[in-house]
Amino acid sequence: MEDRGFALESASESSGPLRRVAIDPVSRVEGHGKVTLLLDEHDQVQQARLHIVEFRGFEKFIQGRPYWEVPVMVQRLCGICPVSHHLAAAKALDHVVGADRLTPTAEKLRRLMHYGQILQSHALHFFHLSSPDLLFGFASEAGRRNIVGIVAAYPEIARQGVLLRKFGQEVIRLTAGKRVHGTGAIPGGVNRALSHQERDGLLADIYQIIAWSRQAVQLIKRLHQADPALYDEFGSCRSNMVSLVGGGGVLDFYDGRLRARDADGRIMVDGVHARNYPELLREEVKPWSYMKFPFLADLGPQDGWYKVGPLARLQNCDSIPTPLAEAERCELIEHGQGMVIHAPLAYHWARMIEMLHAAETLRDLLHDDDLSGSELVTSGARQREGVGVIEAPRGTLIHHYRVGEDDLVTMCNLIVSTTHNNQAMNEAIRRVARRYLNGRQLDEGLLNHIEVAIRCFDPCLSCATHALGKMPLQLELIAATGQPLERLAART
Amino acid sequence: MRQPNILFDGLPLPFADGQTIMEAATAAGIFIPHLCHHPDFKPQGSCKLCTVKANGRHVSACTMPAKDGMEVENNSPDLNDKRRTMLQMLFVEGNHFCPSCEKSGNCMLQALAYELEMLTPHFPHFYPDRPVDASHPQVLLDFNRCILCELCVRASRDVDDKNVFALSGRGIRKHLIVNAESGRLADTSFSLGDKAAHVCPVGVIIEKGRGFALPIGRRRYDIQPIGMELERAARCRGSGEAI
Repeated sequence: MEDRGFALESASESSGPLRRVAIDPVSRVEGHGKVTLLLDEHDQVQQARLHIVEFRGFEKFIQGRPYWEVPVMVQRLCGICPVSHHLAAAKALDHVVGADRLTPTAEKLRRLMHYGQILQSHALHFFHLSSPDLLFGFASEAGRRNIVGIVAAYPEIARQGVLLRKFGQEVIRLTAGKRVHGTGAIPGGVNRALSHQERDGLLADIYQIIAWSRQAVQLIKRLHQADPALYDEFGSCRSNMVSLVGGGGVLDFYDGRLRARDADGRIMVDGVHARNYPELLREEVKPWSYMKFPFLADLGPQDGWYKVGPLARLQNCDSIPTPLAEAERCELIEHGQGMVIHAPLAYHWARMIEMLHAAETLRDLLHDDDLSGSELVTSGARQREGVGVIEAPRGTLIHHYRVGEDDLVTMCNLIVSTTHNNQAMNEAIRRVARRYLNGRQLDEGLLNHIEVAIRCFDPCLSCATHALGKMPLQLELIAATGQPLERLAART
Repeated sequence: MRQPNILFDGLPLPFADGQTIMEAATAAGIFIPHLCHHPDFKPQGSCKLCTVKANGRHVSACTMPAKDGMEVENNSPDLNDKRRTMLQMLFVEGNHFCPSCEKSGNCMLQALAYELEMLTPHFPHFYPDRPVDASHPQVLLDFNRCILCELCVRASRDVDDKNVFALSGRGIRKHLIVNAESGRLADTSFSLGDKAAHVCPVGVIIEKGRGFALPIGRRRYDIQPIGMELERAARCRGSGEAI
């Protein structure tokens, strides 16, 4: 039962008065969320929930807009990983314009943009958001536990983090026109190629970027190996795993087929085409969060929840097609001693291996003359529907659109990376709450343990709350004793 | 015989008989902000962006004939402040979402907002409900962005001889309509080759399927801010360089 999760999701079994503790807002994540804990009179945690408190509406207001506007509009879901939404939407709409196979130039430019995005996002998350916890300690002085503290105490690490991100942003600028919210990918291809001058500018720096990425892997490995008891156990929860896998089972962030493994690493489903995702996945709505809870359709909500993102991807694929990252992946897998690694803190290790892979891939792409080709767009027989799936920095991202004969979008469904990890994040904070908070006098340092568990997944709460029209809103008034006094439910 | 002059922002500006203030300024390479004015069409002075002070009175530069000795104030903080306010009102009356608008970078309204340093909409948004007309196979009409300049009305009526567009309603309820019983563009004789298909200064009349094919950096106002084309052309004429 423990491994299936859901313990502490509800305090309905508890008796006696409960005290409510809120971590609001959760800091050093993208977007707005809060955690609520209900504790009994003995300070035992009876309920722990990650709530997403912002409300967006992209799936609804994209309806009635022309399809060619979508890749540019929908990327505004996020300021950290807009490229992922931009490309997932463009991939979906490629099918609508009949471009089932892009020109080599277009596909490689999109890959370049996407791997630049992976690089910058992973660098941002590790160095800016998570390294303060890992380098200073989870309960260290709160005033220093931030990127400014890192700059003061570890200036070279901070410098490398900033410059790694800057390089990824520059790749995005040269392929999309802007560092954030560009227009590079259009249905059927791209709108610009890379000039030789631009390519040479990136090539001049890429070897330094690879070297720094290798150092980042070594850094997180040292941290992991210095305290394996913490890193291997903290918030660990067994679950299934889902990701895209490229041809031959290799790690591929841009394209591939969906694969799911169980918590022991056995492949349950493989080779699922993007357009068949509805057969693989379902979503459940819970009244206390704006974020939906996806699960594997065959297993149901109790057993079918899963992880996505770096740790799932590296254990779901069979290999990484670049040598330095593949060697590091093998070391990560060996660390598990034949078992699947479920520890949230291992996400950081996997994330840095992915950053190294992104850097190696960028190097290989930059030596490809197709990037400067002139055939940018293709098209074919019009279709009414398209699905685009991509591996965003935080995990599998699904965009699904239907388009009417008049070119206007009639249906939009987005399942974003953070949403897939919803149950896993909730389970991780429950385990941390039980292990570190039970019976203790709560202080900022202890509560930060909860946030550390959430940050492992690098959630983007803005992306995850794009839905409109399906969420049963509910307002609860809870007495100081913890007993619900009144409940208001929205009529939908 | 001495050529007549107006005193334009304190400097003498010659003009030809019959020219408006706008035409005299344009001929000299001076940009006066405007939206509804187009050199190919009879001026109507409706957008009021080109308001200048002529001999102390507020007038539309596009309709006011230049007169010898007239003192014209154009580029002053007071007038630019009023122009910025008018732009803000235009932005809040419609639904102008520049971040996802394919006309971004080619849009006169957006370019003028940059030029006049509009930093916020200032006024509460109206958020009007204006469904798009996607019935035509080649052209989409996004009424959310209409600023009632009537350039499409004039082009369709005076050049295309089709009379496809008109303004309907009065005051705050005035809006662009399509002259068809159904109200749909598909039920008119409109075509992509019409002059009216290419005069919209904002993003109402859109060629379908093009979207964001023109990359950032190559759009009209990425290359030169609004007004600079005019001033550059004037400089080139003065120095004999190619424009």
